[in-house]
Amino acid sequence: MTVTRLVDQDRPAIAFTVDGAEIVAKQGDTLLTAMLAGGLTHVRTSEFGDGGRAGFCWMGACQDCWVLVEGSGIRRSCTTLAEPGMRVIRR
Amino acid sequence: MKTVVVVGAGPAGIRAVEQLVRAGLRPIWIEESPDGGGRITQRPPAGFKRDAASLYGADSGRAKRLHATLDAMKPRTDWRPDTLVWNIRPEARTLQTLTGGSQQGEIAYDALILCTGAVDRVVPMPGWTMPGVTTLGGAQVALKAQGVGIGMSPVLVGSGPLLILTALQYIKAGAKPALVLDTTPFLQKAWETSGLLWNAPTFLRGVLMDLRLRLSGVPYAEDATPIAIEGDTAVTALRWRDSGWREHVTPCDAVALGWGLKPESQLADLAGVPFDYDTKQQNWVPRRDAAGRTPVPGVFLAGDGAGIGGAEVAELAGARAALALLADAHLPSDAALTNHLDGRLRTEARFRAALDRAFPYPAKLAAKMADEVSVCRCEVISAGELRAAAAAEAPEMNRAKAFSRVGMGRCQGRLCGPPAAAVLADALGVKVDEVGRLRGQPPVKPIPVQ
Repeated sequence: MTVTRLVDQDRPAIAFTVDGAEIVAKQGDTLLTAMLAGGLTHVRTSEFGDGGRAGFCWMGACQDCWVLVEGSGIRRSCTTLAEPGMRVIRR
Repeated sequence: MKTVVVVGAGPAGIRAVEQLVRAGLRPIWIEESPDGGGRITQRPPAGFKRDAASLYGADSGRAKRLHATLDAMKPRTDWRPDTLVWNIRPEARTLQTLTGGSQQGEIAYDALILCTGAVDRVVPMPGWTMPGVTTLGGAQVALKAQGVGIGMSPVLVGSGPLLILTALQYIKAGAKPALVLDTTPFLQKAWETSGLLWNAPTFLRGVLMDLRLRLSGVPYAEDATPIAIEGDTAVTALRWRDSGWREHVTPCDAVALGWGLKPESQLADLAGVPFDYDTKQQNWVPRRDAAGRTPVPGVFLAGDGAGIGGAEVAELAGARAALALLADAHLPSDAALTNHLDGRLRTEARFRAALDRAFPYPAKLAAKMADEVSVCRCEVISAGELRAAAAAEAPEMNRAKAFSRVGMGRCQGRLCGPPAAAVLADALGVKVDEVGRLRGQPPVKPIPVQ
């Protein structure tokens, strides 16, 4: 997966953590965009032993991009905006 | 008429609300995303700076008008964004909602317009669950709403207008596709040309887009067949066969898949609306008349969730459904506009029929997928396991679901529904509509349990 920032990236930087490690993202990024453009290869691990997953539909339908956001529970990373100081845990 | 609820703030929902407000109503307006606008004309979050022309191209005028109406209507309705309707109780006429991912709610309604949209239709293949593989719609949303590409050198696979449009958008953004693979033969597309003239401007746009892709230098294979997405933990290549049955391996860093759309019709199902199989569209579609009335009193449908028609048709159908609701409630409604919309919708239906014939879902490709392919990506259930369920006498989809768990996962059959039906029908030697469809179940999307 090489999610790459291509256009419209002149936005303020924000920082949050994933599994304790800092990710620098941009205001307006969804968690999915922020994590994948920030260099992570996956956002969750399949419960059925076939490896990492990194979302699929990007529009809230497939449910394959769930992450745990401290304080707000399980969220779809494709429809949740990244916010400064968020603490995200991959499962 | 006491409480009217409109679910969805895409093109259909926006135009429905506009007509209700015009008639003096103040509907409750529910949208699952933080903002409305739909998918084709999705707005990026605050902070993005591209103007409408660079975001929506030829659709920019329509997008601007739609967004202006969306913003004008919000204060004139009970606007509830970030709210999922996860269940409908038709006898009690109540909706169960979840706001902000945690706050439960219940809404009593007298009438309901469901404008729930659609999702890409895919064909599972080896490697399709790997990071780096998305739907075509997903590849487009990434670029439009986030300014990112799914890769710098993606392969786009599928058929239909979205395939070409996405390819051109990626070229423009500087991520030139390594290959555009269209499963439909050129001649099949050309054959349907006369029917496509029912909407000459859109047809012409399509032809010009097709030409631009052909002149772009991006490899464009038609009548081709994807075999497998290769890679270990990340996408490295697509293996495919051309029309002459020669095998190729095209290196790439991402793959997007999409063969038209499938209605997001789970709420219509829970509302008690019966479904029929549309053989042209190759989709199960909730029953409604041309105005959007369903057999369930007080329940109306519009937009792609009521059968795929595209964003332009969704606007017409949204307004039309609201006018039907008003007329049925003996409220003043615009008769001239009603006649105009009926005429436009009839013409557009002919265009859509030709489009469906030109870009069919490759049901055979899905039906013949190898035993080891995960037909269900949520629970990692293989086509072989589904075929075993067929052998164990599962004559239809819900029985096969109980036996194999296909469709029981987190997406609740949104993605595996059409390909699983193709596999099951083929295994049983019956037509695809004979195996039925996965019934909608509440909650229509996962919700937290306290």
